[in-house]
Amino acid sequence: MSDNRYKAYWNTNLKYLFLLLVIWFIVSFGAGIIFADTLNQFRLGGFKLGFWFAQQGSIYVFVVLIFVYVFLMNRLDKKHEVDE
Amino acid sequence: MELQTWTFIIVGVTFALYIGIAIWSRAKSTSEFYVAGKGVHPITNGMATAADWMSAASFLSMAGLIAFMGYQGAQYLMGWTGGYVLLALLLAPYLRKFGKFTVPDFIGERYYSQIARIVAVICALFVSFTYVVGQMKGVGVAFAGFLNIPFEWGVIIGVAIVFFYAVLGGMKGITYTQVAQYCVLIFAYLVPAIFISILMVGNPIPQIGLGGTLADGTYLLDKLDMICTELGFKEYTTSHRGKTDLFFVTAALMLGTAGLPHVIVRFFTVPKVADARRSAGWALLFIALLYTSAPAIGAFARTNLIQTVNNKPYTELPAWFGNWEKTGLLAFEDKNEDGVVQYYDDTNEAYITAKAQPNGWKGNELKVDRDIMVLANPSIANLPNWVVALVVAGGLAAALSTAAGLLLVISTSIAHDLLKKWLRPQISEQGELRAARISIAVAVLVAGYAGIDPPGFVAQVVAFAFGLAAASFFPAIVMGIFSKRMNMPGAVSGMIVGLVFTATYILYFKYGGGSSDQYWFGISPEGIGTIGMLLNFAVAITISSFTKAPPAHIQELVYSIRIPRSSSPND
Repeated sequence: MSDNRYKAYWNTNLKYLFLLLVIWFIVSFGAGIIFADTLNQFRLGGFKLGFWFAQQGSIYVFVVLIFVYVFLMNRLDKKHEVDE
Repeated sequence: MELQTWTFIIVGVTFALYIGIAIWSRAKSTSEFYVAGKGVHPITNGMATAADWMSAASFLSMAGLIAFMGYQGAQYLMGWTGGYVLLALLLAPYLRKFGKFTVPDFIGERYYSQIARIVAVICALFVSFTYVVGQMKGVGVAFAGFLNIPFEWGVIIGVAIVFFYAVLGGMKGITYTQVAQYCVLIFAYLVPAIFISILMVGNPIPQIGLGGTLADGTYLLDKLDMICTELGFKEYTTSHRGKTDLFFVTAALMLGTAGLPHVIVRFFTVPKVADARRSAGWALLFIALLYTSAPAIGAFARTNLIQTVNNKPYTELPAWFGNWEKTGLLAFEDKNEDGVVQYYDDTNEAYITAKAQPNGWKGNELKVDRDIMVLANPSIANLPNWVVALVVAGGLAAALSTAAGLLLVISTSIAHDLLKKWLRPQISEQGELRAARISIAVAVLVAGYAGIDPPGFVAQVVAFAFGLAAASFFPAIVMGIFSKRMNMPGAVSGMIVGLVFTATYILYFKYGGGSSDQYWFGISPEGIGTIGMLLNFAVAITISSFTKAPPAHIQELVYSIRIPRSSSPND
């Protein structure tokens, strides 16, 4: 693998990680903890929104984040021909 | 049929299944014993990881904890799931590419140092041992409570089963029994949850039912907020403490999850890097099934309990109340001798003067053990006996699967990291395999003995295991992958500072007589691992910038673990 190609692969990977971890932080520590009281003014059916993020929503987003990461990385591996 | 007959049948069938799987999947090489020959399908590994991860505490205690903590219970829900995102994105694929057997293996090689390896082995042993003792105790409790077998014999039966399949099959046997155990435990958890959700809000999906409406048309959670405040308790769905501690505890549990050796090592068992990523997704999906049902069970159970029991004459309570009183998990003490159950917050001064005293109440009369919420749910909801028996089998599956995973870490740490890689490098593969079997056998017996007579420190296992994993393993592994510059002096001093700081803080507040008003910035011992982790990073980065860069072959190693296929920069 050429030096440039390696750098391109790794930097794209880091970009994905950064984006996904920002979302990870926002839904859990953000919506579930720091802004929970503010979000509780809004409702999602029978749930106060902040409470929903803290006990339900954040977990759903976590699962989705991992599968999005799997998809992005598989595509990246193929593009740079480093898939096994 | 009698409950006890059902319990014997269901527990017996599941145990026979585990033993059958163990015989079918005997390990023949060290690779099979340590990492199941790296041939586990990602979905299979996801299930095994989920069973490995969800312990007796997740299964039996968590819903009850949430029922009494309300919103604050989110620290366990997010803390014990969010770590999988870190694991999937920052650790699992790279450690799989590294391709060895254990976490100390990675630390030892990446930081080219036996000292680093030994620090890692000691952490792995300590974390896993404290954790496994709690599981053995859980097995004893389940047997004692439901099969009328003395507690000690319950532990001994648990030891015998784990002994059999862990010693015989190693990781291979453990993996396939864990898959079976996952199926048993998730079925056992969801069946009562679904029934109760239908009963209370008419929706078969507990996750949606939690936001549903009761028969009188009010939302369940609004009703729960209302009845809690009426009894002087805090509102269920909102926070009423500072958020700092919640933030730090959640973070420490997440970071700890990502750093726990028995979880990490599961990702060494899949064939490819891409499988390690995918497998983490499946694991979290399987875990989320239970973790998103738990808050529903908690809220249903709390509402149900208050509505059925509070302010009712003792003589008119349903039959299950009496049954659970016998176990000591529920207790009614008629303090004002009026024959009626008064349940309220007797630490709430304002409520006492405004409501309790005028009514002649002399204190809260109902004591509820948090473990009862999951166990009693089926009987509270009038479900048939086989459902209760199923819950017992589920609890046992959760405890046994976690115990087996932990015991394997203990045995590999001793046979592989201490013996093969340090004390006796010339040992043959057969010799190493024998050593691994012997050490797992000894570990099971010691854990069983400690489970019967747990040393005091075991009660604090959560704070310790997660705090230490967060403060030691997590930063060392992440820097080992994401920084080529991180070197031995930096990583080792970071781990030691993180460990010593976290352990001292926990010891001081748990045993040294420290009280909660002395917490730094209000952070409890459960959350201090987050600070320990930050310290670890800070120390490691500072020291490594002053000292020599790691040798060329280590930088090549870092290069190669970052790419799924390829070996060195010169390819």
